Amino acid sequence: MYKSLAEAIRDAEASGRTLAETALALESKDQGRPVEEIRSALRRALEVMRGAVERGLTGDLRSASGLVGGDAALVAASHAGPMAGTLFSDVLARALAVQEVNAAMGVIVAAPTAGGAGVLPAVLTGVARNKHIGDDALVSALATAGLIGAVVAERASLSGAEGGCQAETGAAAGMAAGAATEMLGGTPTQVGHAVALTMQGTLGLVCDPLGGLVELPCVFRNATGSALALAGIEMALAGIQFAIPVDEVIDVMGEIGRTMDVRYRETAGGGLAATPTGRRLAKERLVQIRTAPR
Amino acid sequence: MVSLLDIIGPVMVGPSSSHTAGACRIGLLVRGLVGGTPERARIELHGSFARTGEGHGTDKALAGGLLGFRPDDERLRDALDIMEREGLDYQFEKTTIDDDAHPNTTRLTVERTGRIVTVIGSSLGAGRIRLTEIDGYPVEITGSLPTLVLVAADQPGSVARIAGILAEKQVNLATMRLTRKERGGDAFMVIECDEPPGEAARDAIAELDWVHWVRALDKVGG
Repeated sequence: MYKSLAEAIRDAEASGRTLAETALALESKDQGRPVEEIRSALRRALEVMRGAVERGLTGDLRSASGLVGGDAALVAASHAGPMAGTLFSDVLARALAVQEVNAAMGVIVAAPTAGGAGVLPAVLTGVARNKHIGDDALVSALATAGLIGAVVAERASLSGAEGGCQAETGAAAGMAAGAATEMLGGTPTQVGHAVALTMQGTLGLVCDPLGGLVELPCVFRNATGSALALAGIEMALAGIQFAIPVDEVIDVMGEIGRTMDVRYRETAGGGLAATPTGRRLAKERLVQIRTAPR
Repeated sequence: MVSLLDIIGPVMVGPSSSHTAGACRIGLLVRGLVGGTPERARIELHGSFARTGEGHGTDKALAGGLLGFRPDDERLRDALDIMEREGLDYQFEKTTIDDDAHPNTTRLTVERTGRIVTVIGSSLGAGRIRLTEIDGYPVEITGSLPTLVLVAADQPGSVARIAGILAEKQVNLATMRLTRKERGGDAFMVIECDEPPGEAARDAIAELDWVHWVRALDKVGG
């Protein structure tokens, strides 16, 4: 796959194709598989994503610790907020839903990881529903998202333990923003700006889950990450051009991750995990594995 | 080379690709080594597996793998109840295997129809795994390809004979590694194949009188 988004954007614009088509053609060549076979694997991923959104919105899930679950349904049913009933609120509910399913050992698509699995389904299925976009376009959007994620994996990292949450929900937000921008008719260049405009807002974000578990704040980080993706889409489609090239934004995310203190890289040694309440909850609520009597 | 489908995937039961999906894959490979669901298992958890395995369902995922559930099988969530219902005796312990061991490491001692196997395996992140030791032999098994494992007397020509059988059955070898505890002792062979080797190839190898046992492990991911 491409190691530079700038190069993928150049190739796409030179050939008059979308980034999704460009990425699928290269993937087909790399893996020796027909494009249709790759699209059908992505179609299955889309079905699992939809299933997780629906499952999570039912609101009856709880994680092993009981710390997360039920909040997606709260947002979906709320009329209180200024964005209630809009695409924005729907996307938040969907992101919470998928991540609540994940925390409750339900089936999700790790895209790019399990910890950041809520953002892409929330933004893509939320926007598609609101704009009446069909499944073929959604499958193409997943290919665009995969291309962006592959470039981030190559140039920076997709692991919270290596790069903090900017590498998980931050990367997921960049992927979702770029993919949705193309799905809404944005040019490859606009996709690049959407990724850059979104990821600039997540630079430095730490990975600080209570007790080291993919629960708190992960569930809510997926919701706020989705909100940033919506902001990136809105700005890029309006024609904003971010001055720092997208590959350089991705590179600096990797550099920030490598120099980030180990306390902020999924070790539960810093951030929210190390607050007095974070420590207390981790101690009280973590379920213990039943071990054999000595 | 990064593939699109590595980024948009895998489909898995949450919450963690390393602590849940990876742990399940280790269980699946160990199940393959004894040829089915073990009746008894002692499962020792090291490092982060011991510390955060609780809330990540690492115990359920390992037991589920031993029961034959794949990483996207929702029965993983209920694996401990299913294990009890089927009268299986799986015990969990927290331990320190070795200061240098990968943080997500487990040692399983499993028994099925009188055969006991002890395996050390680690989950490396993003669902990738590696078995590093089987019955004291250092090995490297990732489960990303169909794999034949066998223990045979260490004698001249053994590798050529086995490669010959696989060639006859049209099985293409990807990698082949041989390890032994001491010179002239038994050798442990790990053979990764491009496609499943099939029962005929496995049985032909098992019939060699200097081969003590052989198992064909299914691909479990990657």
